[in-house]
Amino acid sequence: MVMPVFQPGDDPGTDFPMLLQRAGYGPVDLPSGTTIDTPHATTCVAVRFDNGVVMAGDRRATSGHLISHRTMEKVVQADRHSGVAIAGAAGPAVDMIRLFQVQLEYYEKVQGSALSLEGKANQLASMVRANVPAAMQGMGVVPIFAGFDVRRSIGRLWAYDMLGGRYEEREHVATGSGSLHASTVMKVGYRSDLTRDDAVELVTRSLWEAADADSATGGPDMVRGIYPVVATIDSDGWSLVGDDELGDRYRTLIEQMGGSTS
Amino acid sequence: MSMPYYVAPEQAMTDRADFARKGIAKGRALVALRYEHGIVLVAENTSQSLRKVSEIYDRIAFAGVGKYNEFDQLRVAGIRSAELTGYQYSRDDVDARGLANDYAQLLGNAFTHGMKPMEVEILVAEVGVEGSHDDQIFHIMYDGTVIDRPDTCALGGESDAISNRLSNGFAEGFSLVDAIRLGVSSLSGDGRSISADSLEIAILERNGDRRCFRRLEASEVEAALQE
Repeated sequence: MVMPVFQPGDDPGTDFPMLLQRAGYGPVDLPSGTTIDTPHATTCVAVRFDNGVVMAGDRRATSGHLISHRTMEKVVQADRHSGVAIAGAAGPAVDMIRLFQVQLEYYEKVQGSALSLEGKANQLASMVRANVPAAMQGMGVVPIFAGFDVRRSIGRLWAYDMLGGRYEEREHVATGSGSLHASTVMKVGYRSDLTRDDAVELVTRSLWEAADADSATGGPDMVRGIYPVVATIDSDGWSLVGDDELGDRYRTLIEQMGGSTS
Repeated sequence: MSMPYYVAPEQAMTDRADFARKGIAKGRALVALRYEHGIVLVAENTSQSLRKVSEIYDRIAFAGVGKYNEFDQLRVAGIRSAELTGYQYSRDDVDARGLANDYAQLLGNAFTHGMKPMEVEILVAEVGVEGSHDDQIFHIMYDGTVIDRPDTCALGGESDAISNRLSNGFAEGFSLVDAIRLGVSSLSGDGRSISADSLEIAILERNGDRRCFRRLEASEVEAALQE
């Protein structure tokens, strides 16, 4: 590869998507008026607790009534102190996450210091906005962004709309087809003094209820050992909650509801 | 009509090389050497914010001496090249050898065809995945010459003397503290000492994390230099 060198005034700076375009890997032009039926990813949630945030997402992707993926990871680490979760068209969403991860690190290296948490939230908003033409054709992406703000020492959450609108929330957020049910559970269960354990319990419960009422949301799959992706972000950074812990929580939940897991 | 004076190609190259060397010799030197868990880069740098050593990619670091704006431009070009390759293919497909070759093309081109050669010498280091036998240090000169340095590398003013001290003192399996001390004493030579706040030290550490590059805090540098 020839090394990319630009003249001053013509330099893409810290903007990696712009650099990609300049290197000839721009976005795909979709013929207008067509809609494309691609796999869709569904419910993701995030909630604040006393010193951080918890993010969670189910593992299912659907194409119409067909389950197209059972192990999709919709909640991923963005960098050390933040994560992103997505609902919507799976392909563009996965690509957006990848581009977002590269952009954050690229900015940090070129600039010599990382973006602020709010800067990262705005960066994601502009990526969602860049996806509006695809959204008009049935490939919208609606993310959640959450992280630990190291300058303020608090967990923070952002919800987005399909046009790149960005909304900071104080308690909890949800996105995707099961978000109504998941939100209701979190709304009822939220307290301002949630601990990390309470918050993990609340998101696993909210995804359970979403899966119970929304066919596009996958519940815990005890047979295959597939559980939602749940991660906590606090001053120590991003940390995934293990499948053992999630398995125990779901078994307890099922027993409380009078079911049997043995 | 006036005719340009004839200048023999040998003379033109010598003039350009002298020009570049003079520019490079003005600045302070830096060294890189292997230690038990990776590669340490030690630069003499009085500025706390203008960096000579920096991160390019997961396992790759960059260091430059000479004219700041020129090697900083090369640093950013390296990050861009690495990130584009990693995004287009895979993060595993980015390596120091490829980057060193691209840098060599850029510098070689500026040396022969540019208005003036770049007054820089740079280094690209990559820490191996498996063990120290995969570690690589490439030294790239102002004219595009690439040299593969197995253990140690010195860049900048008086680099011959520094390089001698460095290779004489080097031993396989150095601890980080030993490696830092050798790096600093090689830079300072006899009869001069460099204080901790004029040192910029970073490591590429084989520690299982994806990003191996880390700058040492001022307190770590001070601790390493204390007897």
